[in-house]
Amino acid sequence: MGLDIFLQHFLNALQWGSFYALIALGYTMVYGVLLLINFAHGDIFMVGAYIGFFIATFLLGIGGNSFAIPSWLILTLTILGSMVLTSGVGLTIERVAYRPLRERGANRLYVVITALMIGLFLEYLNLSLLGAADRGFPELIQTDVYTVGGVSFTNVKLIVIGLSVIVMVALEVFLRRTKIGMAMRAISYDKVAVPLMGVPMNAIIAATFVIGSSLAALAGIMYGSAYHVLSFDMGILIGWKAFIAAVVGGIGEVRGAMVGGFLLGFIEIFVVALGQVPGFEWLSSTYRDLVAFTVLLVILTVKPTGLFGVARRQKV
Amino acid sequence: MKKYYLPLLILVLFVGIVGGSWLHVFNEYWQLVILFMGINIVLTVSLNLINGFMGEFSCGHAGFMAVGAYVSSILTVWLFADDKIFGPPVLPASWAIPLFPVILIIGAIAASLAGLLVAIPSFRTRGDYLAIITLAVNYIVKSAIENMEVIGGPRGFVGMKRVMNNMAAVFDAPWLLIWTFIGMLATIFIIRNFMSSTFGKGIEAIREDEIAAELMSVNTRRLKVIAFMLSCGLAGLAGGLFAHGPGGYINPGTFTILKSTEVMVMVYLGGMGSISGSIISAIGFTLLLELLRPLGTYKWVVIPLLLVVMMLFRPSGILGNKELTDVFPKLRAIFGAEEENYAHAAN
Repeated sequence: MGLDIFLQHFLNALQWGSFYALIALGYTMVYGVLLLINFAHGDIFMVGAYIGFFIATFLLGIGGNSFAIPSWLILTLTILGSMVLTSGVGLTIERVAYRPLRERGANRLYVVITALMIGLFLEYLNLSLLGAADRGFPELIQTDVYTVGGVSFTNVKLIVIGLSVIVMVALEVFLRRTKIGMAMRAISYDKVAVPLMGVPMNAIIAATFVIGSSLAALAGIMYGSAYHVLSFDMGILIGWKAFIAAVVGGIGEVRGAMVGGFLLGFIEIFVVALGQVPGFEWLSSTYRDLVAFTVLLVILTVKPTGLFGVARRQKV
Repeated sequence: MKKYYLPLLILVLFVGIVGGSWLHVFNEYWQLVILFMGINIVLTVSLNLINGFMGEFSCGHAGFMAVGAYVSSILTVWLFADDKIFGPPVLPASWAIPLFPVILIIGAIAASLAGLLVAIPSFRTRGDYLAIITLAVNYIVKSAIENMEVIGGPRGFVGMKRVMNNMAAVFDAPWLLIWTFIGMLATIFIIRNFMSSTFGKGIEAIREDEIAAELMSVNTRRLKVIAFMLSCGLAGLAGGLFAHGPGGYINPGTFTILKSTEVMVMVYLGGMGSISGSIISAIGFTLLLELLRPLGTYKWVVIPLLLVVMMLFRPSGILGNKELTDVFPKLRAIFGAEEENYAHAAN
């Protein structure tokens, strides 16, 4: 594999890993605060992408109306609108389905099952209302292809990678420097004492869902811009895999989610890439999942708390 | 007299179901529904051992089902059917009838060996990390099957229909229903007796507090291996039965996370750690799926909503961790005193 091909795949892996990382962040934040595996999160990503799709087609005037607005404004409005509306969806789910169960003291696995149900509900509501046909995501950013030293890449790819890195850094700063962020980390550290110190538990949980859903919406729009195809089941596989990435990084750890997401992206892309190298032809691209999950299984067997997870001391 | 109630009930059910389908009292559609009920009971009760009684969160049950399904159907097709890959049948068709249950058990053993993939990491890993391992195993099994071109890869594996036809040609009886019924009974019997044995007490101790259990001389590693192998083996049995169903066709896409989700839903709907709850929810959920079939894709909009609403009213499933005999004590006359002792111990 020459350096140029390697760099090419490296960029692809960064882009692919960004989606995993952004979705994994949503999983890991909700888990940190609530100890809840929010299995509906993959479908929140799907909802975000669809909301983005509708806003974008509306603003671009594909439906017949035409607004004379510049494309950068359309992009911004699409992202912001989708983030706000998707947060609304996430908040509604939390308020209607999770919070009542929590207040009744249900076993947390019942909440997990409820989350699975919400995910199915979102998928099939979409399928029933919008039909099984895939939607083509409009081109929000004029795609330009650059070639530097044999490596060709689009501006979309750069924007996706750049934007996700910026968002992750911003999130890290938010969690370290702001009051809400500190409250989130405090709650994930101790769920009994911290609410007693006057930290409003429900408000912090709501904030967590808002942030997680907005990140998923952002990932959805970026996914749409990069691959231009939306389908009702796009959230399932990517959601489960992002969850796995979050756990491998150490669930509840924000940095772990990023590393786990990029790691999974890299493994997947490079297994496929390696299959094209002479001598490795036996490694067909269908081995992608097999290799990726075996590597993750080994990581978890060797380090059961994930890469960044810290084993908590258990009191007996 | 009382001690004959349960065998009598089982006999009546058996004669009713098998005789009814033999004489075509139920049409093929209802036979299929009954078959799925039986298979779902096996899956739900076996998963309840891990997710309910042991308190772990296994979400890869379909993977083990796939192992059982593929192993047993490859064996039956190789032995008893004319196949493009495996050539003419190795054994005469009349052997298929006595050997069918043996092959189902071999499939179950293969699945329980695959269960070791989860059991061994579970020594050190708990809770959500273990959940991920089960999830990853589900993907690994599916992906491994997809990459085996010999057995059809992603296109799936066929030929079980011919096996069942050969069996029916030798002696016409609803063989699959018979073995599903027996498999279901065996599963309930095994899990119930397992849970009222000292093993079962150890499993419950692990759920309550693993460290304390270990201090109280419960051999947690051994128990976990046994529990996982038992549960996965029974899932393999269900897979073997499923593979020989009327479709006569399996493909890796059948055994995805969605299938695992379905089983998990049935477990939590019935109640964690309630065998009778699992049976009720498996029957009810299968019926619900069939009743809502006219809705088309809206079926999967309505069912999750129903379940979410149900969770809000009964946040611990239909029966919680109780058995039916705890809720209706008069039923103990039928289901025997063993259950009573067990129920007291559980509370």
